[in-house]
Amino acid sequence: MIPGGFLSPQGIATIAFFLVVAMTLVGALIAVAARNIFHNVLGLVLSLIGVAGLFLYLNSPFVALMEILIYVGAICIAICFAIMLSEPLYLPRPPRSLTKILGAVVGSGLVFVFLFLLTKKTKWVPAAQRSTDWSVTTIGHYLLTNYALIFELVSLLLLVAMLGAIVIARGGRGSSS
Amino acid sequence: MLVFNQLETYLYLALVLFAIGLYGVLARRSLIAILISVELILNAASINFMAFNRFLAPHPAVGQVITLFIMAVAAAEAAIALSIIVAVYRKLKSINIEHATELRG
Repeated sequence: MIPGGFLSPQGIATIAFFLVVAMTLVGALIAVAARNIFHNVLGLVLSLIGVAGLFLYLNSPFVALMEILIYVGAICIAICFAIMLSEPLYLPRPPRSLTKILGAVVGSGLVFVFLFLLTKKTKWVPAAQRSTDWSVTTIGHYLLTNYALIFELVSLLLLVAMLGAIVIARGGRGSSS
Repeated sequence: MLVFNQLETYLYLALVLFAIGLYGVLARRSLIAILISVELILNAASINFMAFNRFLAPHPAVGQVITLFIMAVAAAEAAIALSIIVAVYRKLKSINIEHATELRG
């Protein structure tokens, strides 16, 4: 299956790819299955680093770095802060109900089977002419020419989200709650 | 054909990640755990965009741009959701979704 054996460059790349895939999936399983909410966040971090590795395999080092910077560096840390500000970890947690887990397995399983068949049956056709320009410079050009409007809208969205987060989370002194 | 140079590998991987995230959204009861699962689902969508961008798209920068937008929107969503969670905890002293029933008629 691998041309040139396990110690050729392709072999090493394949082994590293499987490691990255395992990291992604194991991290995702920890993120949904562990009981301790803090272990969930650490599983999410593992999974997101795996996804960044996948982006490296997809020829996009810039997006991989952004993935680590934004998701691991910002979102996961924010989730840690929210965990510390909300429910204490030493409280007893209610036991999981079996019917709910069964329903969730059936529901997500049905969606999985549907999308699996959809992916399997579809014939994916590459574009007739493909440019080979993957560089960060091109991404920058796209962001400031073709997608300038969306770029500005995203900055507006982030501003509104920031203000909304402050207004919602600010309790106590001087506020109406 | 190397396994990491095939479109289907990435599509199936994103599919598994999506299913795990959906299971988390349906099964968990802590608001923060649900937010974590939603992040997994968004990442599955990002992997799909990047895979199509790598193997099919005419301009390989467009998918990367869209993935960057997904990340920005996910960051905004996480900020809003976490502030709502903190506000809910302050009001109800719990972040279990089964206790948040104030809007029930």
